[in-house]
Amino acid sequence: MIQEPRTTPEVGGMGHSMKRKEDGRFIRGKGNYVDDIVLPDMLYMDIVRTPYPHAKILNIDTSRALATPGVLAVITGRDLEKYNLHMMPTLMSDTQMVLPTDRVVYQSQEVAAVIATSRYAAADGVAAVDVDYEPLPPVVDPYKAIEPGATLVRPDRKDTNHIWHWEAGNKDATEQVFRDADLTVSEHIYIPRIHVASIETCGCVASYDKAREQLTVYMTTQAPHAVRTVVALVAGHVGLSEERIRIISPDIGGGFGGKVPVYPGYVVAIAVSFLLGKPIKWIEDRMENLQADSFARDYHIDAELALKKDGTITGLRVKTLADHGCADAAANPSKFPAGLYSIVTGSYDIGAAHVAVDAAYTTKPPGGVAYRCSFRVTEAVHAIERLADIAAHELKMDPAEFRLKNFIKPEQFPYKSATGWTYDSGNYKAALELAMQKINYAELRREQLEKRARGELMGIGISSFTEIVGAGPSHTFDILGLKMFDSAEIRIHPTGKAIARFGTKSQGQGHETTYAQIVAEELGIPAAHVQVEEGDTDTAPYGLGTYASRSTPVAGAAGAMAARKIRDKARKIAAYLLEASEEDLEWTPGKFTVRGSPDRSKTIQEIAFAAYTNHPQGMEAGLEAVSYYDPPNLTFPFGSYICVVDIDKGTGDVKVRRFVAVDDCGNIINPMIVDGQIHGGLAQGLAPALFEEIQYDENGNIQGGSFMDYLLPTAMETPNWELGKTVTPSPHHPLGAKGVGESATVGAPPAIANAVVDALWHLGVRHVDIPITPFKVWKILREKGVSE
Amino acid sequence: MSTHNITVTVNGQTHSAEVESRLLLVHFIRENLRLTGTHIGCDTSHCGACTVIVDGRPVKSCTMFAVQADGRAVRTVEGLEVAGALHPVQAGFKEEHGLQCGYCTPGMMMTATALLESNTSPTEAEIRQAISGNLCRCTGYTNIVKAIQHAAATIRATKTETPARGVAPAGKSAATA
Repeated sequence: MIQEPRTTPEVGGMGHSMKRKEDGRFIRGKGNYVDDIVLPDMLYMDIVRTPYPHAKILNIDTSRALATPGVLAVITGRDLEKYNLHMMPTLMSDTQMVLPTDRVVYQSQEVAAVIATSRYAAADGVAAVDVDYEPLPPVVDPYKAIEPGATLVRPDRKDTNHIWHWEAGNKDATEQVFRDADLTVSEHIYIPRIHVASIETCGCVASYDKAREQLTVYMTTQAPHAVRTVVALVAGHVGLSEERIRIISPDIGGGFGGKVPVYPGYVVAIAVSFLLGKPIKWIEDRMENLQADSFARDYHIDAELALKKDGTITGLRVKTLADHGCADAAANPSKFPAGLYSIVTGSYDIGAAHVAVDAAYTTKPPGGVAYRCSFRVTEAVHAIERLADIAAHELKMDPAEFRLKNFIKPEQFPYKSATGWTYDSGNYKAALELAMQKINYAELRREQLEKRARGELMGIGISSFTEIVGAGPSHTFDILGLKMFDSAEIRIHPTGKAIARFGTKSQGQGHETTYAQIVAEELGIPAAHVQVEEGDTDTAPYGLGTYASRSTPVAGAAGAMAARKIRDKARKIAAYLLEASEEDLEWTPGKFTVRGSPDRSKTIQEIAFAAYTNHPQGMEAGLEAVSYYDPPNLTFPFGSYICVVDIDKGTGDVKVRRFVAVDDCGNIINPMIVDGQIHGGLAQGLAPALFEEIQYDENGNIQGGSFMDYLLPTAMETPNWELGKTVTPSPHHPLGAKGVGESATVGAPPAIANAVVDALWHLGVRHVDIPITPFKVWKILREKGVSE
Repeated sequence: MSTHNITVTVNGQTHSAEVESRLLLVHFIRENLRLTGTHIGCDTSHCGACTVIVDGRPVKSCTMFAVQADGRAVRTVEGLEVAGALHPVQAGFKEEHGLQCGYCTPGMMMTATALLESNTSPTEAEIRQAISGNLCRCTGYTNIVKAIQHAAATIRATKTETPARGVAPAGKSAATA
């Protein structure tokens, strides 16, 4: 159960729902987001985009644009080609265009950049760039894309649209289990293309100071240090070496994985600033953001379970086709082209499993990013949780009973999965039983029977997910070769206050508060006295950034380890001050006391002062430490969600009546922030389950390219979330924490989909792909003769 | 490009400027006046990050030209705090963890302020209806609803004693606050 705080509320260590330190500026409108930054002599950039999904560029006529008042320059791919900056690497060893030289491969792709004296003049210039295109056939369907003879999307890379094939698990053992199975269930499941749609779009202010030969880029990035290195590697040949590059992530208006990639706009802005020696501001509008930035998901899944008659799962087989658009621009660790998708065995003890993924090029924007999801875990969880429900229904078992029967048992941890992961800890039964109790599951099943008898459609859906987060151990995890450690540097000032800097970057997660609480927990310095900074590569220690729920598991652990180094030195100073041996000192949060002499003690503040004014001879002055934490394993948060839906027979509208979410993220640092993360994650799980999808028509035209048709849930559609917790600490994390940022996004969609199918199963419906729109449901109801 | 001379009262201060006809009110606020708390999140009036209060009513300032604000009173997030005292809505958002990344927050708070100026005892359904033109991607709305309920309770409690600071009655600007 939830641990009692060890520190007082005034100190505010772990377990205190401390109000957020960052809120003071945000509620006053004094945040500092990238579009708020104005530099002297700053110019504005806007981008010309193609209306065609696939076309040759015959000519770009910039004369009208250059004659437009305020327009100073128009940059094309040919201009960048002179500096070999027209192409850039993706994080997955693929390449993508910065600006095209002769061909475009997705609708709304960047074609040219207009530089002007104002935002409005730049937009005028964009409207005045005349581009002649020769349309080419679009490649929309990934299955057709990999057939022989298909139009090639990337002839510069490959003579096929098939990008890669990847497998995990044991194929032969899995085939054997399927041959021996009493029964099997299978389903084709599509996880649609969606977009993070953070309310702040992407943008930057790139400023090259020619006199100092220094580049400063304020940009919406979740990983500023990695970006600095990438810029140095890509642009080193023009003189931008790494010590001359400073990346600053200011306040970020939501990231969710969409602000991990480096987009062409950033690169063009940097290149133009470098050439002109002036600051260049580039801010996407919403349509550019939805139409051209990296998408997420887009997995076409065929999944099968092998079962015994009694409902025991014996095997899992998954084949998937991944639509990557025109470039594999995912942000996965480099050894994992399909991310951590092989977590698809989920919360269940499955003896044999095999997963295969193939990736295809299509004429769509590059991707796919890990949208609030530790690298394809959302897709994996949806597949196994849908299959679990289908299997339960086919076996005429209650879906809860089916899960309880197949869960990995608490005594099996650490548990080695059939696809090779070692789950750190878990108690899945406890989480599901708590969720069932909170929602009164048995009563709901009774109500459902009564309603069904009356012809009303009500469904109950369960999702018992297991996440895999906190990438990751350096022996296995790297991005572009950079090992996925993270870092913290803590300095204690003479008066006992502290500054702590981290290699991550909050985008709303509340790091300034959570990290301060970690320092407070470890050193007893009140969290109010711990200033947290991130996002400036000139001051923060090197780290891989915030995504994949890795901030607390990795950087938070680094914070704890750095604090413990400080405590070790503080013990030496305390021993000197108290004239006692170190072994005789006892630590309670905030002070060392001589064992057996409660009146002989030194507080951390007294020790800090001594570190600068009266430190032992032979010891270095000061009190600070840095830690680069390399986690020994990933962490495996989990939970059980139960959702109740009512379906309107006339309109097909699905109403989420109740949603109970029981999460277990190990030990909790700030319960208020954890609940907030879960609330937000649930809304981002509801969104793709019922509303959001970016579709393309057969001509390659985007169908969800603005908030007119890409439907973010409002307060009207979003239910009141009901939360519960179990606590199963991670055995290997210094604080026993597991990370929580993404659990709910990952766990919620199948709970909702399962509830809808549960309401319709008796009509002969076994699966509905998300998003489950009223139109989809209404069509089903009409086919089944329920609706007119 | 034609220009116009306009005079707009923003947070009680009068500003006169010559602006292009096409200049959006949100750009006038953010770039001419450098009040950057009002944000931009979409092109289609859906997200509400740019919500300000014009003559007592919440307005999406990306959908109004600066010239349309000529002679009118505009309130932005920067005008909520008066003499160092947080507006009850600001305090409610902090107390109830009604914000995460903070980007939608100013617009959300201005919509909430306008709601509470006309109704100090809104039901949950009325609150959800009122903020349905403001998108939040971080919070899942539950804590925003609680934040507005928190603010409503504060305003009601204050009203029984003295009028709440910084909360102008509906239909009037904060210019006199």
